[in-house]
Amino acid sequence: MTTLTGRALADAVHAQALTTVPATGALKLSWLLLAFPLFGAVVLLVGGRRTNRWGHLLGVVMPVAAFVYGAIAYFTLLGDTNREQDRHLYTYILVGRFQANVNLLIDPLSICFILLITGVGSLIIIYSVGYMAHDPARRKFFGYMNLFIASMLLLVLADNYLVLYVGWEGVGLASYLLIGFWQDRNSAAVAAKKAFVVNRVGDAGLTLAIFLMFSAFGTVSFTGVFGQVPSGGSGVATALGFLLLLGACGKSAQVPLQSWLLDAMEGPTPVSALIHAATMVTAGVYLLVRSNPILAVAPDARIGVAVVGTVTLLFGGIIASAKDDIKKSLAGSTMSQIGYMTLGAGLGPEGYVFAIALLLAHGFYKAGLFLGSGSVIHAMDDEQDMRKYGGLYRFLPVTYVTFGLAYLAIIGIPPFSGFFVKDPIIEGDFTEHGAGGWVLGICALIGAGLTAFYMTRMMLMTWYGKRRWEAEAHPHESPAVMVWPMIILAIGSVGAGAFLIINDRLQNFLAPVVGVPPVSHGFVTPAGIVALVLALAAVGLAWLMYGRIPVAAAAPQGNPLVTAARKDLYGDAFNESVLMRPGQWLTRLSVYFDNRGVDGLVNTTAALIGGTSGRWRRLQNGFVRSYALSMLAGGVVLVALLLAVRL
Amino acid sequence: MSPVHYVALSVILFVIGAVGVLVRRNAIVVFMCIELMLNACNLAFVAFARMRGNLDGQVIAFFVMVVAAAEVVVGLAILMAVYRARRSASVDDANLLKY
Repeated sequence: MTTLTGRALADAVHAQALTTVPATGALKLSWLLLAFPLFGAVVLLVGGRRTNRWGHLLGVVMPVAAFVYGAIAYFTLLGDTNREQDRHLYTYILVGRFQANVNLLIDPLSICFILLITGVGSLIIIYSVGYMAHDPARRKFFGYMNLFIASMLLLVLADNYLVLYVGWEGVGLASYLLIGFWQDRNSAAVAAKKAFVVNRVGDAGLTLAIFLMFSAFGTVSFTGVFGQVPSGGSGVATALGFLLLLGACGKSAQVPLQSWLLDAMEGPTPVSALIHAATMVTAGVYLLVRSNPILAVAPDARIGVAVVGTVTLLFGGIIASAKDDIKKSLAGSTMSQIGYMTLGAGLGPEGYVFAIALLLAHGFYKAGLFLGSGSVIHAMDDEQDMRKYGGLYRFLPVTYVTFGLAYLAIIGIPPFSGFFVKDPIIEGDFTEHGAGGWVLGICALIGAGLTAFYMTRMMLMTWYGKRRWEAEAHPHESPAVMVWPMIILAIGSVGAGAFLIINDRLQNFLAPVVGVPPVSHGFVTPAGIVALVLALAAVGLAWLMYGRIPVAAAAPQGNPLVTAARKDLYGDAFNESVLMRPGQWLTRLSVYFDNRGVDGLVNTTAALIGGTSGRWRRLQNGFVRSYALSMLAGGVVLVALLLAVRL
Repeated sequence: MSPVHYVALSVILFVIGAVGVLVRRNAIVVFMCIELMLNACNLAFVAFARMRGNLDGQVIAFFVMVVAAAEVVVGLAILMAVYRARRSASVDDANLLKY
């Protein structure tokens, strides 16, 4: 371990204030990034049936075009000294002194996400051509996928929180449409609704954060907020930190807003891959890392972030260890991995760069795992229960190899990517946050063991052992259009971690945005060795439980922890009993009060006035002479009164 | 004859007119009674003007006459229209506008 000099530390702190220059050269065209997928989405969704025949081709070409432009932008940025470039498109809102622009910010952090979203996204969309080949609504599917990618790109390209919020909501909408893609299934419709509603809770946090920025600083732009937050008082910064954390919890499926992620598996498998690897769940991590100047002055919020991440990584690991549905198990795994990223973001400058490194590497291996599972599901006639798999490696050799490489990457076997990107986060726990850091670190180590356990379990149940599938199933390798994306992702799973971490490549690249870790760790750290030993032990344990003895075709009873994990650790039950039922009681009470109390008062008043006027209007009897009499009487009364007053 | 007698006469004329408006059904008679009341007022105005040696009351009387003439023109026109439509000049028959 070497400590940086004071000068370098000061530089790292100084670097956090974001300053941008107007975009030049190729980066002036950065609106193309949004235009390509948006064009695809609009043509496919508005064009209707006419586009059915070639719709999927357009749906593939547009994200690939965006990726090509993203790569050009990346290399342009590499060759430029000003690496934070802003492309002004138009003024979105101009009220008094408040101004929100639609600007596209290309900087090292956003370009990482652009490449991940368009690159992995394109691979997933290419894969979908094969996976969705027989779906009658294939065109609509590709339209939604393009919308998803466009929204996510807007989210990462925004240079202020308001436009980021537009992308954020677009992602929520697209995920709703895609999770509920097979809307004729009740479970899919319910899952989509659940994802949307749970996300709204998180959105409320982000909305409040934006309100707070506006009222405290009068601006929502990154430069404005980050410039003013150090002098804005720790109360505002801490509140902002926690509100942003709530927002991140919703999108990134962190405890306590994790319940939607497992149900989101109701969507087609490429959607799961897109949500879990390239888009959506990474949005929360992006938000936290992007907001690092806020977290820098809000240490309490950072502890909150770290704790949420730690709880989630254990939560997800435990759930993933008990699920028999291959996709649900992978979903638990995603939760756990995103937990690591959130934990990394909670470590401050120590962890930001590794959180992003893990996010990028995770994008590859998780997409690989999901596409692999999709390939298996495709081959097994939509069977998702791992207890009905077994011995598949002979039938799907390519999928087996790519899945296996992604497996080695996720459990952190050197030199695969998980080893490089996860260990610095675990190691960082022990140095940040004092004694509490040890608790976080030990939990993260346990999480590493859990990861190895559930992934080995999945490997053994799916690929090895005796065949347990039905006689009529005929497993077969997927077509080339599905296989090639998996192969490319497998290469990424193997190499991404080493590429990003060796020579501090990502660290130096991201330094202007997130700062430099104050302490540099080597590749081999005590925590890393412990994590590796734990992982190997967990692999052994999993082999003892699922490899040495045959897997039962029906799930055994299991101990209480297994039962709890199968029920998502009672996440739904918690939501139902703590939030849903009291909410229903509240609405019932409100309805009762409304019917009896409010309506009663209003109706009584109305009836009183109605009845009285019904009687009074009898005076309007139509006889002129009676009117004349009342006029005379009035005149007499008036004169009498005048006389009475005079006397 | 002191001006007070004129005031007394005007009161009597006004009461006759008011009672006529209230008890008679024929619209023409009602009209005549209204004229009677207006002219009773005129008489009172002139009498008071005389008593106080002030011309204002006399001038007002002219105004009242103009108003009365205008009123008769409009009123008789309405009466004609009603009579043509309903074949009756009774004010009690024209009672459609009610609750």
